[in-house]
Amino acid sequence: MTQNPVQTEAVVEARSLVKTYGKVEAVRGIDLSVRPGEVFGFLGPNGAGKSTTISILCTLIRPTGGRALVAGIDVTRDPGAVRSRIGLVFQDPSLDDQLTARENLEFHAFLYDVPRSERRERIDGVLEMVELHERAGSQVRTFSGGMKRRLEIARGILHYPQVLFLDEPTLGLDPQTRNRIWAYLHELRKREGITLFMTTHYMDEAEFCDRIAIIDHGQIIALGTPDELKAMVGGDVITVATREAAAAADQIRHAFELEPNVERESVRIEVSDGASFVPRLVRELTVPVSAVTLSRPSLDDVFLKLTGKAIRDEGAGEMDQMRVMMSRWSRAGGRR
Amino acid sequence: MTVETIHAARLRRRQAVNIRTATVRAIYMIWRRDLIRFWRDRTRVVGALVQPLLFLVILGTGLSSALRGAGGGTFRAGLDYTTFIFPGIIGMAVLFSSIFSGMSIIWDREFGFLKEVLVAPIDRSAVAIGKTLGGATQACIQGLVLLVLAPFVGVKLTPLAVLALIVLIFCLAFALSAVGVSIAARMRSMMGFQFVLNFLVQPAFFLSGALFPVTGLPAWMTVLTRVNPLSYGVDAIRRVVLGASGVPAPVLDRLSMTIGGQVVPIWVEVAILVAFGMVLLVVALLNFRHQD
Repeated sequence: MTQNPVQTEAVVEARSLVKTYGKVEAVRGIDLSVRPGEVFGFLGPNGAGKSTTISILCTLIRPTGGRALVAGIDVTRDPGAVRSRIGLVFQDPSLDDQLTARENLEFHAFLYDVPRSERRERIDGVLEMVELHERAGSQVRTFSGGMKRRLEIARGILHYPQVLFLDEPTLGLDPQTRNRIWAYLHELRKREGITLFMTTHYMDEAEFCDRIAIIDHGQIIALGTPDELKAMVGGDVITVATREAAAAADQIRHAFELEPNVERESVRIEVSDGASFVPRLVRELTVPVSAVTLSRPSLDDVFLKLTGKAIRDEGAGEMDQMRVMMSRWSRAGGRR
Repeated sequence: MTVETIHAARLRRRQAVNIRTATVRAIYMIWRRDLIRFWRDRTRVVGALVQPLLFLVILGTGLSSALRGAGGGTFRAGLDYTTFIFPGIIGMAVLFSSIFSGMSIIWDREFGFLKEVLVAPIDRSAVAIGKTLGGATQACIQGLVLLVLAPFVGVKLTPLAVLALIVLIFCLAFALSAVGVSIAARMRSMMGFQFVLNFLVQPAFFLSGALFPVTGLPAWMTVLTRVNPLSYGVDAIRRVVLGASGVPAPVLDRLSMTIGGQVVPIWVEVAILVAFGMVLLVVALLNFRHQD
């Protein structure tokens, strides 16, 4: 069973991918390789080159240099063949909101040549998966933002793609809806064994991925599992709150040969295994301690360490909010 | 069997989509979608009847009285002005509906749906062709709906005339929808819409012979009416409508489109419309192919 090449080859492969717009280098030599069945996250601030890269992989724009293979097919040589093997969930909605949910899916099934005999069954299947089967006959304009996104995910997998590309699938949704979307995506992967390739700039979402590529200024600056990336920070962070910070630091230096970070009323230490370190620490400290907190490094810490800045420093949040507002406004005001 | 192998089995079974048949299917789907939306938006269908009615009832009645008083030239020979402009008003309804339906691509672009089509494994020509046919069908229906007014404006229609009108109106709608689509293929927002309306659609209407005969006009206007595709559509519709109502051939010929003093036969007018539509469709195709 393991001889099948589909299972062993990378589903998505990029080699020194470059895209320039005039003098602007949006993507500056990206290499990556995504394994079948993997959830691969593309993490970075807005304008880092995420969307450009995903657009190249989906054959929406042509790379200036380098090569990209999706499902073993060159994206510039045979875009049609690539398109029939991938699913797409866009950042901005791309449903016809005067059609019903079912009509939108029928349209898609027709475009992607889903056999007539399977069409109905499959449409019912995906609608059920995203819990929209009861609303199948409603026009999409009556749907909430989260429902629309779920319908788009259902549509993206309707034709059994090998890879589902999701560009910021939870952008502009409230946390509860975001969690639900994630539940669907996990279910999907478990049931269909589909490969998910997604971009996000929500750090907590990146944690759901098997592997993550962190991208900044058009280049991949780190690639690995969330744990591997966090290990780059150097382990867990322990903060000891105490009035006698200097004395506490002395004791720690003496007992564990560590170099703590002394602040006014607290001491910070980075250790590899925080959970087993805390009891030992408490035993050694004789100064009065008001609290000990153990925190695991987040991907935010990783990004901070690699780039020297927090991921949301660049006003990404504001831009997104503006875009969401704009699209809402134009939908409300621009309807025929 | 693991999940992986089930999926692999599905992939093996799955044939690569044949782009050519997929494109034909996509044309059908895009056309069908336009009709579903048209049918669902019935207020638009009714709304689109208001303007033609205003022209017909108010302008038609007003000007027929004025022309009768003034002695009226051609309109003395038993031909009522309202009857005369009726085919022109059908042409107007087809003109506005065609251009707007063609330009609905801009809405599709703005609301994202166009993307779903553009990333599908199909040739992009499907968008241009599907949209042109969709627009043409809608406009054709709009034009044909006006035929119910025929008895009120002194027009008698035979079944054969109606059949001929369906063909004529569709050819006209096709040519004009192709104009709409080829303009929309280049436009990114609705900003240019008013421009198109004022500088293209309205002049096309006034210079089409919808409201007055296009014979005996000053040279500059003669040229403009002859390069206007709507003129040929309106003229062909008028000849069928008035012919069926029993207007004598000499009167009809005096009102008809001429080139170099010769009356242009209806089949030539149809050929001009179809050729014009085809050329613009090709322009639209190229516009769609050459965009990221």
